[in-house]
Amino acid sequence: MEYNNYMKLEFESKSHNEAFARVVVAAFAAQLDPTIEEITDIKTSVSEAVTNAIIHGYEDKIGLITIVAVIRGKEIEIDVSDNGKGIENVIKAMEPLYTSKPELERSGIGFTVMETFMNVVKVYSTVGEGTRIRMIKRIQNQNTEIR
Amino acid sequence: MKLLNEVIGNKLIVTMSGELDHHVAKSIRIEVDELILKKRTKNLIFDMSQLKFMDSSGIGVILGRYKNITNIGGKVAVVNVSDRVDRIFSMTGLYKVINKYENMSTALKHL
Repeated sequence: MEYNNYMKLEFESKSHNEAFARVVVAAFAAQLDPTIEEITDIKTSVSEAVTNAIIHGYEDKIGLITIVAVIRGKEIEIDVSDNGKGIENVIKAMEPLYTSKPELERSGIGFTVMETFMNVVKVYSTVGEGTRIRMIKRIQNQNTEIR
Repeated sequence: MKLLNEVIGNKLIVTMSGELDHHVAKSIRIEVDELILKKRTKNLIFDMSQLKFMDSSGIGVILGRYKNITNIGGKVAVVNVSDRVDRIFSMTGLYKVINKYENMSTALKHL
């Protein structure tokens, strides 16, 4: 596959790593010369996806989370994957305000936030194997393409 | 993430400073709930002016406190909300139950 740049990051599903993950992806995306607004869109969405993996995928047991990001032209594609329990009903999980864990004061809008701030959000999940969230952000505010 | 608090009349003002995500949400919850008990104020105002980052974890923190405060007959308000945080709040219908004010003086007047 053709791409202009590639990164891979693997870390334990500890909540400490939420900030680490979003900062790393934001720093990688910076080469696309995004606006602060666009960088925050990416940070917020990565934070949501990683939090989902920690809370729902691994249910606070320790597993590994992998982030692969690829820059193609003016877009960045970000895959956040876990090998956790998977999502039984992806359509239900993506419904605004639906949460399987209301007792944790979760609001159920993680996917809605990702869909609002990114151009494309896709969820691939197999029960017992894990979940991969793919997000694509097109960076508007740029004059030069990365070569 | 750092919390600053101040009491004005029957209002507890909590200023959230830094990044509010799932990692800090739990300790923030506990800290604010303890403040509500200790300060014995009726109403709660969240000042978001020092917030550098927030994801949807922030909603749970605010709505959870809303539940606790309404149990004692009080009100919750948010002030100095950035455009981004405003979008996240709007998505959940947070403003159906919590008032937003442009600044602290307006909030203090209305609450």
